[in-house]
Amino acid sequence: MAEIIEQEKGKKGGKRRPKKQSTRIDMTPMVDLMCLLITFFMLTTAFSKPKVMVITMPEKKTDIKEPEVKIPAWRTLNILLSENDVVYYYIGNADPKKPPLPTLIKSDFSKDGIRKVLLDKNKDLFTQIFTFREKRLSGKLVVADTTADQEIKKMKKNDMKGPIILIKADDKAKYKDIVNIIDEMAICNIASYAVVDITTIELGMLKTAPK
Amino acid sequence: MPKIKAPVRSPHIDMTPMVDLFSVLLIFLLLTASFRPQEATVITSPASISEKQAPDKDIMTIIINKEGKIFFNIDNGKDSAKHTRMDVLTEMGKQYNITFTPKELNDFGHWASFGMPMTDFKKWLNSKDSKEKEALQTGIPIDSVGTQPSQLFYWVRFSRLANPNAEVAIKGDGETNYKKVKLVMDLLQDNKVNKFNLVTNMEKQEVTLKDVPK
Repeated sequence: MAEIIEQEKGKKGGKRRPKKQSTRIDMTPMVDLMCLLITFFMLTTAFSKPKVMVITMPEKKTDIKEPEVKIPAWRTLNILLSENDVVYYYIGNADPKKPPLPTLIKSDFSKDGIRKVLLDKNKDLFTQIFTFREKRLSGKLVVADTTADQEIKKMKKNDMKGPIILIKADDKAKYKDIVNIIDEMAICNIASYAVVDITTIELGMLKTAPK
Repeated sequence: MPKIKAPVRSPHIDMTPMVDLFSVLLIFLLLTASFRPQEATVITSPASISEKQAPDKDIMTIIINKEGKIFFNIDNGKDSAKHTRMDVLTEMGKQYNITFTPKELNDFGHWASFGMPMTDFKKWLNSKDSKEKEALQTGIPIDSVGTQPSQLFYWVRFSRLANPNAEVAIKGDGETNYKKVKLVMDLLQDNKVNKFNLVTNMEKQEVTLKDVPK
């Protein structure tokens, strides 16, 4: 410790003087205590609050039949999630009445995996939103956060070329796969996507898909 | 020639500045930090780029751990005069014919997340041993019994009634089977909850125009 106890040198003879008492207070125990307290607080407190990702699910079907919205087949991109973090995708619909069934293409969650496909499909909108954000960051465009959000929302709404993505997962998929894929949607600025139930046809397609 | 004497230095080190520093740190920590509530289970959240912060108040959390056990947590809401947790438990008790004493209700008000069937609830509340408490946490059943909805369904329903402003957060472990999460989501949708907050860890991902394939 910081305190070093000086040993009294035994002096032979001489006058006995009263010991000189130091006016200083030894702070070391106090420092020790403070250290302990700080460590305790550091360990027990939660600094960073958890972040959340908001997802809105399509409302469950009720008895009232709503007019079905026709989606052009070339815009639909189906993403199927299965075990071992593998992602499969196909374009269009899988309709058993109209064979042949589309083939599944295998992909993954890496940078060159599904993200490349999504970016390629969503090229226009991504570029639009990206340049808008860049402009704000560089200071060329000064708008409030809320207006910027609205602007981006408008861009997404007006987008008529971007993909419409249907995310489907089978029973073997992990929760993190779903989170990852929704995250990819956010990264690639996809305007419309939904998490929907997997169909039996698609389950069959997954069985024959390349491993 | 006289010897040159080195000046005598005291071996004492002045600790006062150190104490000052530590005091400042301590006060800073005390003022800024919020205590980490005791969680019923360990969860490794998956990562996402989302920067939205989880709400502090008015939130009910459904926790799903690796093994698929389900835990539930609801806070007391913004209004401290209300005792949301106590109200929810009273309602749950009525539903399953269990009467809780005021002390038990009060105790429950202070706890964080929990996960056990209603039959074990009283035992859990009255148990003093933390190990025993942990052993009782077997997860809230989400299977419906006959025509009767599951217990989690009622937890969500009564929480929604007690605090209509409460948002729903799902805190799942990355390794949880999606099937289980889907069951929970379906159950929430049956309760007319269509907007979920998935609790994630933030992880930055840089994507620029260069990444867009030509």
